[in-house]
Amino acid sequence: MKLSTILATGITLSCLSVNALALTIGFAQVGSESGWRTSFSESVKAEAKKRGIDLKFSDAQQKQENQIKAVRSFIAQGVDAIIIAPVVETGWKPVLREAKRARIPVVIVDRNIQVGDDSLFVTRIASDFSEEGRKAAQWLMDTTQGNCKIVELQGTVGATAAIDRAQGFNDVIGKYPNANIVRSQTGEFTRTKGKEVMESILKAENGGKGVCALWAHNDEMALGGIQAIKEAGLKPGSDILVVSVDGVPDYFKAMADGDANATVELSPHLGGPAFDVIEKYLGGDKNIPKLISTTGDLFTQDTAAAEYQKRRLQ
Amino acid sequence: MSTRYLPLYVTGALLSLLFGLGAIQFDGFGSMRVVLNLFSDNAFLMITAIGMTLVIISGGIDLSVGSVIALSGVLCGLLIGEYGWHPLAAFALILPLATLFGAIMGMWIHVYKLQPFIVTLAGMFFARGLATMLSEESIAIDHPFYDAVADFGFSLPGNAWLGTSTLLLLLVLVVAVLVMHYSRFGAYVYALGGNHQSAELMGVPVAKATIGIYATSSFLAALAGIVFTFYTFSGYALTAVGTELDAIAAVVIGGTLLTGGSGFVVGTILGVLMMGVIQTYIIFDGSLSSWWTKIVIGLLLFFFIVLQKLLNRGRVQHA
Repeated sequence: MKLSTILATGITLSCLSVNALALTIGFAQVGSESGWRTSFSESVKAEAKKRGIDLKFSDAQQKQENQIKAVRSFIAQGVDAIIIAPVVETGWKPVLREAKRARIPVVIVDRNIQVGDDSLFVTRIASDFSEEGRKAAQWLMDTTQGNCKIVELQGTVGATAAIDRAQGFNDVIGKYPNANIVRSQTGEFTRTKGKEVMESILKAENGGKGVCALWAHNDEMALGGIQAIKEAGLKPGSDILVVSVDGVPDYFKAMADGDANATVELSPHLGGPAFDVIEKYLGGDKNIPKLISTTGDLFTQDTAAAEYQKRRLQ
Repeated sequence: MSTRYLPLYVTGALLSLLFGLGAIQFDGFGSMRVVLNLFSDNAFLMITAIGMTLVIISGGIDLSVGSVIALSGVLCGLLIGEYGWHPLAAFALILPLATLFGAIMGMWIHVYKLQPFIVTLAGMFFARGLATMLSEESIAIDHPFYDAVADFGFSLPGNAWLGTSTLLLLLVLVVAVLVMHYSRFGAYVYALGGNHQSAELMGVPVAKATIGIYATSSFLAALAGIVFTFYTFSGYALTAVGTELDAIAAVVIGGTLLTGGSGFVVGTILGVLMMGVIQTYIIFDGSLSSWWTKIVIGLLLFFFIVLQKLLNRGRVQHA
């Protein structure tokens, strides 16, 4: 009698815990077009495994129609929640309405979406680009005591990341009267363009004399800029400080070598926060902000060598 | 007689097998909802592929359809989203324009005796280039008409939804089957693909038929582009890249001879469903790489080409 009660309780409990753990979550990923995207996918898969979540992963091969198909299949399958990393901002209204009708919560990660109706998704989890700009600027101001002639390599014209990073950076240096941006041009987020533009900036700035820092909207452009500084006969990292955003392995190597100074990491680990939100929402707590920021930390030369080893192996 | 229908039976059998496999393995797979999703998700591809079936049966090929879908979508986005046109007015402009576009390609193919491959390749670049020039960004369409389109439909048992896109597709399908089997135009299409010269001798108006075929294909591609905007509520120049190849694959898997002269519109629908079921299976599984879709379709294509070759040889020996 006693034994059977214990057994019964045990079975009930284990059933309950299995039910509580075995969430099925569909994840509609854009594709695997970049190293950052791949580490993002791998990070979500690893996090799901750790939490015992049954993850349905779909790679849309950069096509929105594939993403929509995947989401509709997730709905037909009756998953507990859906995560979408949208390939473009537009075009999500019909499928999100379908998810809402089926009472399946949707979490948007990374890029933004345009839907008139906020209630179609639980929240968006993304890095706050202007926060990244503010962090980079704050580090630079602290390092130079607010005395700095800065040159800026902007991202692609019109890209949200470029606009918001510039704005965040400018907000901070605006508070320091002796800091200002003397040259600003787009390097289109690429290494080659970054180098080219930096070369012409250095020429225009009297060979780079008097320039105190290079602020690049991403690591790739910064790496191109470093190359240009070297070729102009200056020492990047000391003659001209270099600060940027992303945290790619090559940039950590440049920091370890003393050629670059700081970067704000764009975290690919969006799975953890997304699952946290979903668990909270399914647990009955509907009080969730519409934007959750996952801005990464700022890394400097101090930890660069160790971080490079860690990241190279990933 | 039976060899003519054999590829159709094979596709049908493989389709049922794969669907059955999915239904046994996954909860919710063998449902009305999934079946209707297959139609509504792939409605634009099916409409395009119906046009492609006509072209291929006539012995040609149309590589421009994917770009025409994108161009039609971008025009919808611009006219409705930016200039505030009523969607019906926009459609009334886009569909005739696309038909004209196809007719011009057909004319070139006929008058200058050019390879359809190269003419429609030019059409493909032209339409994609134009679409991208008109707008590099995806344009959102927010119009009450679109909301009405999205809400229109019939609820079926099993949480299934028979929506506008599927209904449009079914209409196109019925018309296409009727035209192909009960009209003079349909007979011309088969005759052209069978043997171009004897078709001419038999009195088929080759010029009219060729122009009509490519005009139809472009018209259906533009219609598919409109259906695609119902799907995404936006127009984007980079949609449907490579859709022409998906359509060709569906046509071949559906049992149409690539050399022309033989094939069925219904087979093409089965071909698209096949591709859709593979994709759905992979999404339901959730751990297989999505690239398996392409691998399996590649293998299927290969299998069907060999099958066609064998059947053709058999036919020649019988004759």
